[in-house]
Amino acid sequence: MTGCYLGIDVGSVSTNFALIDENGNLLKKLYLRTAGRPIEAITNGLKMIQESFEDDIKIMGVGTTGSGRKLAAVIVGADVIKNEITAHAVACITEYPDTRTILEIGGQDSKIIILRDGVVVDFAMNTVCAAGTGSFLDRQAQRLGIPIERFGDIALMSQNPTRIAGRCAVFAESDMIHKQQMGYKVEDILKGLCQALVRNYLANVAKGKEIKSPVVFQGGVAANTGIKRAFEEELGMEIIIPRYFDVMGALGAAILAKKFMAQNKRAKTKFAGFEAAFREHTAGSFECQGCPNLCEVVQIYVDGKLVARWGDRCGRWSADMAV
Amino acid sequence: MKVTFPHMGNLYIPVKTFFENLGVEVIVPPPCSKKTLELGVKYSPEFACLPLKINIGNFIEALEMGADTIVMAGGIGPCRFGYYSEVQREILRDLGYKFNMIVLDPPQGHFMDLVKKLLAITNKKSFRQISLAGRLAWAKALLLDELDKMASAIRPVELNRGETDAIYKNALEQISKAESEQELLGVRREILERMAEIKKDPDKLPVKIGLVGEIYTVLEPFVNLFVERQLGELGAAVERSIYITEWVRENLLPSFLKPKEHGQVLKLAEPYIRCFVGGHGQESIAQIVKYSREGFDGVIHLLPFTCMPEIVAKSTIPSVARIHSIPVMTLVLDEHSAEAGVRTRLEAFVDLIRQKKEEKSCDRVLSGN
Ligand code: SF4
Ligand code: SF4
Repeated sequence: MTGCYLGIDVGSVSTNFALIDENGNLLKKLYLRTAGRPIEAITNGLKMIQESFEDDIKIMGVGTTGSGRKLAAVIVGADVIKNEITAHAVACITEYPDTRTILEIGGQDSKIIILRDGVVVDFAMNTVCAAGTGSFLDRQAQRLGIPIERFGDIALMSQNPTRIAGRCAVFAESDMIHKQQMGYKVEDILKGLCQALVRNYLANVAKGKEIKSPVVFQGGVAANTGIKRAFEEELGMEIIIPRYFDVMGALGAAILAKKFMAQNKRAKTKFAGFEAAFREHTAGSFECQGCPNLCEVVQIYVDGKLVARWGDRCGRWSADMAV
Repeated sequence: MKVTFPHMGNLYIPVKTFFENLGVEVIVPPPCSKKTLELGVKYSPEFACLPLKINIGNFIEALEMGADTIVMAGGIGPCRFGYYSEVQREILRDLGYKFNMIVLDPPQGHFMDLVKKLLAITNKKSFRQISLAGRLAWAKALLLDELDKMASAIRPVELNRGETDAIYKNALEQISKAESEQELLGVRREILERMAEIKKDPDKLPVKIGLVGEIYTVLEPFVNLFVERQLGELGAAVERSIYITEWVRENLLPSFLKPKEHGQVLKLAEPYIRCFVGGHGQESIAQIVKYSREGFDGVIHLLPFTCMPEIVAKSTIPSVARIHSIPVMTLVLDEHSAEAGVRTRLEAFVDLIRQKKEEKSCDRVLSGN
């Protein structure tokens, strides 16, 4: 039986799992759609991991990250709960210790992380503008009737990219439709979209940041060779794509869990066991009427028992239930 | 006459004391809440800055409670604060409210002007009575600042989460109720005792973070999503670039009472921003340099979306941060700011400065002796 560490990254678009062994080797990765039902995504992931390994593994530690990190921690039982920036950086420098810039574009957000000597020295995150995320590319690919997996390769064929206004998602979309109607070639439009996204990213997320090589590009969008090329052309630098680019957050969380358990030798993992996947989890919420803030308080039940609460500004509901 | 005024952190406590001691009835707007924000956003121009919107919310809530006189600080151009009172007056008039608005301009040289306005509000109380009421209010403001500083230092090391805040909340009530300077002294003693009794976790090593930026967002916790408390929970002791007493000195007192250090601190911004850019743009930069010199581990820069002076400041921050090797993170706040997103950034920022700090102490060990 191998001792393993599990990392879970719950975002609004995807929920990812990474399982590593004592030596940090990746044994399994999962990239699942969250589809508005994070609890299901988390429990499904757990089941899939159990099915692939049966009783060959023993979970020694769990780390969670992403916007749903608290939720995942409640369901699975986590030893480490970390923000996405740290998790991504940790995963990256484990594979490429010299990294000085991380470009990360995922389904729901994008970030830039600046490292010097293996330490995060600066970062920025964009969660507002859709024009700089994977969902935007998905949408446009769909509109053009192109499977997203082929997006990049088709874009690479372009000799004469179409210029598309990338300042904001709404403009980009209408501009693209316009160019499409004018009869531009699909590959030119796709390449144009790649360039627009990269320009948007550099002008918004990466504004004022000093991009130095080695540059690592990760997140789901790194699968798109067209975007990689557009970054290389725009920055005039080589871009590295790590092996597990699409689950770097989960991988980072797993590595952090491993580190944490190594530092706290006596600690026992809080992992709730694979049975957790078969318990009944429900999330409910109510509007607190205690004051005009009308907080949306979230409550998580496991098998009908209230186990966690958050969302209250004043601590009235969560104070005695610290997660 | 029922006087009201906009919220800004704990400023309501001394202001209420001041007016009440002059026999003026005061209606304190309900604490800033989601409802305040909704009202403000609904009735303000979309591109107005966030402070203006919250003010409008405060006013509407207070007018609904029966206030008929609004007292408001004026502002120094060229940023929009100078127009606030005018715009707000118009918005509220259009909504059909009947009220009187008194704007207290910064009394650069016109201190008598301020006194005259106060005399009008207070129904011709004597200058002596005004200054007596002012003394108690001032003593409260000083104590509130002291309380904020204490809480911010203890919160990151408290053993039982939430203990500091419970004492803090209670202290606010006590300070608010105190009727004389004598009584206030007792309140202070009690606060000090209770704060000293908070159990500390010896394993927690706090990092030090400075908070700079647009004054209102720095001073009003509702608007900055309780950034001080959040940072405290993450293990950071926070010092703000501005406290209530400084704001009062700057905005309501005559220039001969202003502290002298101010000009010297401002000089620190000179290599980056040479002239006045409105609001506190220059100060923000100067404070970052100052915090770096004082050995702070990091700085958080706050600004409301579309705030011009701070946008100017923000543009110079990358080079200021590099030259003075201090991490700075800017948080832009607007009515859509979500607590969860801000929390993620704050966590990542605290991680970043902790890592950096560990590195530094390793260096020291290695190069020591
Ligand atoms: S949880 Fe607290 S802050 Fe939120 S509405 Fe209830 S009483 Fe108000
Ligand atoms: S300092 Fe900024 S937020 Fe304040 S009034 Fe001026 S522009 Fe608006």
